[in-house]
Parts: sequence; C-alpha cells; structure tokens
Amino acid sequence: MSALLLRDIRLAMRAGGGFGLSLAFFLIVVVLVPFGVGPEMGLLSKIAPGILWVGALLACLLSLDRIFALDFEDGTLDLLATAPLPLEAVVSVKSLAHWITTGLPLVLAAPVLGVLLGLQSDAFYWIVLSLLLGTPALSVIGTFGAALTVGLKRGGLLLSLLVLPLYVPTLIFGAELARRGIAGMDVGTLMSLLLGITFASIALLPFASAAVLKVNLR
Amino acid sequence: MSLWEYANPVKFLSFSGKIVPWFAAGAAFFIAVGLYWGYFLTPDDYKQGSTVKIIYLHVPAALIAINAWFMMLVASLIWLIRRHHVSALAAKAAAPIGIVMTLITLITGALWGQPMWGTWWAWDPRLTSFLILFLFYLGYVALWAAIDNPDTAANLTSVLCMVGSVFAVLSRYAVLFWSQGLHQGASLSLDKEKNVADVFYQPLLMSITGFVLLFVALVLIGTRTEIRIRRASALLARERG
Repeated sequence: MSALLLRDIRLAMRAGGGFGLSLAFFLIVVVLVPFGVGPEMGLLSKIAPGILWVGALLACLLSLDRIFALDFEDGTLDLLATAPLPLEAVVSVKSLAHWITTGLPLVLAAPVLGVLLGLQSDAFYWIVLSLLLGTPALSVIGTFGAALTVGLKRGGLLLSLLVLPLYVPTLIFGAELARRGIAGMDVGTLMSLLLGITFASIALLPFASAAVLKVNLR
Repeated sequence: MSLWEYANPVKFLSFSGKIVPWFAAGAAFFIAVGLYWGYFLTPDDYKQGSTVKIIYLHVPAALIAINAWFMMLVASLIWLIRRHHVSALAAKAAAPIGIVMTLITLITGALWGQPMWGTWWAWDPRLTSFLILFLFYLGYVALWAAIDNPDTAANLTSVLCMVGSVFAVLSRYAVLFWSQGLHQGASLSLDKEKNVADVFYQPLLMSITGFVLLFVALVLIGTRTEIRIRRASALLARERG
C-alpha cells in the first residue's frame, strides 16, 4: 500500500504530473474574484471564506480525472485490480495520494491567498481548520466520481456534473464553519457535522468507488 | 404468481400494455377534474387572492419530483440485487419525468413567489434543496446518456443513484444550517387533523391522484419504449452477425 502511495505521489510531483497546476488554478480563481466584484477590502474579507472554499473545490475538481485516467490507459489499473490488495484499499490509497498532492497544498496555500482577500490573521486559523477537515471528503467523493467516469471519452465535463452536487453538503458545512468561526460564534455542531461527512465518506465511499471501478474494468 | 413474474420483459410488456390506457385515462380524468375544480370552482384565498391556485400544480409536481427519486432508488436496488433488466429500465424512464416535475415545481414556485414574497427566487432551504435535486437528476441522466453498454450504464447509474440519495438527503439538512426559511411548512401530512382548508383540499387531492397516475403511466410507457429499443438493437446486432 505504501509503495502504491509513494508511486502515486511521485508520479504526480514529477514533470507532467500536474502537481502545482491546481495550486495555480486556485491562485487564479482567487485573484479573479476581486476583478469581478471590485477591490473593496471590506466586502472581500466578508466573502473570503466562501471564495477560498469554492476555489479549493474547483481546483480539486480539476485534478480528479488524473486519479484513474492514466492508469486506466496504460493498463496499470487492471494489474492493480488483479493484485492481492483489495480494490477498496487501492481506491483509498489513491484518494489519499490525491489529497496529499492536491488537498494539502490547497490548505497550506489558503492563508497566503487570504491575505489578498483582506482576511485578518485570526481568521486564518478557521480557514485552515475548515479546509483541513473538509478537503479529505472532497478527495474521496471526487475519487468516486473519477471511478464512475474512468472508461469514458470526454468524461471531464460529465465528471464535474456528477461530482459537484455531491460536494454541496461538504461545501456548506465547511464554508459555514469558517464563517461562523471568524464571526466568533459557536461552531461545535458544525465541526462535528463536517467531521462526520469526512469520516463517513472515507469509511464508506471507497466501497462504492471500488464497485463502479470493477464494473468499468469488466 | 408473484410480482417478480413481471421482471420477464414479455410478461411485463403484455401486462403493462393492458393497464397503461387505464392509468392514462385515470390521469387525464383526475387532472382535468382537479384542475378545473381548483381553478374555477374554488374561491380566492382572502390573503393570497387567486395566486393560491398554483398549489394544484405546485404541490403534486413537488410530490412526484421527490418520490420519482425514491422510485429510482428502489428500482436501482432491485437491479443491483436481482438483476432484472426491466427494473433498471424503469429507473431510466423515471429520471426525465423527475426532471420535468422538478422544473414545474421550481417554475410554478417562482411564479407564485414573485407576487407573494416579492421575489422570483430566494435561497430558502426548500427551494435550494429542490435546485440541488434538479442537479442530481441532470447528473443521473447525463451518466445514462454517456455510456454505450446498457449493463454497464445500469450498474453505474444504480450506484450513483444510491450514493446520490445519501448526499441529496444530507444536502436537504445541510441547507437548513445555512439559510433561514421563507417557505411555509408542510401543507399536507398524514398525521395532521386538518391540513389546508377543505375547499382547497379536495381538488388538491384530485390533482395529486391525477399526477400520481400520470407518473405511473409515463414510467410504464417509458419502460416499454426502452425494452423495445433494447430489442431492436439486439435484432440489429444479430443481423449484422
């Protein structure tokens, strides 16, 4: 398992792996918003948690089809499916690799971009916390979407149509947690709900992903 | 004699062919009477005026929009567990109807909301969850359309339907955290002594009955069409040999 994890991370980090592409995309989305809504810092800092969350979500979406597509094309996925490792474990490892190469950098980059949006320094804590708790769910749900569309040509657009509705609860809880945390309100319920979504997705969705992957590899 | 007999496409076709006209006629009758009664024979509401009459379309369409998804979920489970093709095709046939009903609900709601709330759209939990339901339907139909192999498509869409159901319910409750409600509570429920006033209640029940019959009739017709398409393509494949 760790060999597979290291392999996926290495493949993503090396040239042509697209590492950094989602980070750059995240940066551009966040930079574009002030051009759209105007440079007023008060307004920007008010909508900053939402922008950062939506930006992270879109950046995450961008890299989803890479999870399985290349391995499907060169046959690695067939090998992995016949390997002694259960396919559920393969899928989980691939989600983890996706999170380490996409989700984690987004979490770390969010405070830097928060500066551009006029966030106060005590707000960084909530942004980072909510993204840290929420992005694993984005990766796992996205892996499910990627597994659904792996055999399809032009699966990219379909992938976003399938995955984005599934992201709604995570987005709501995550962005709401950041917003209420910054406003100094009670966040206990929201935090347990966000954690609940993340852990439930990690625990259950790999089974669904492995099931659809088996169908697609048949 | 059991329900599973109709999993045989031949039996299903002959049986559904017999009952479809009855369901269609019943739907036409109940919708016509319900709507005519509702629109012309009931008084205007003292506060809402004649706009109250939108409920004869809005409520039944919303009811069908939600229950069509449940029906798809059940049909998907039957497909995954017992591998009855008719079941998978019924789920496929129900999805476009669900889309249309969701749209009817959203549009009639907007038409009612404009004079009553002063806005076409508000990010109210109920409205938002319907919009999300609409997106789920779109994704489901798009996945069916994207895959050539019918069995693969049925498998994948069934799993999507199950996962989607969980997330749709989650979204339904998540939006409650995120926005305050503008929409009134449930107008109809089984455990309430009195629902809406009787004058509105009876034609509404007629209209709901009509919509349910219409849904059943449309699903049956859609499933029959899908079975015939499947047959035609099998014949074509055999001829090409």
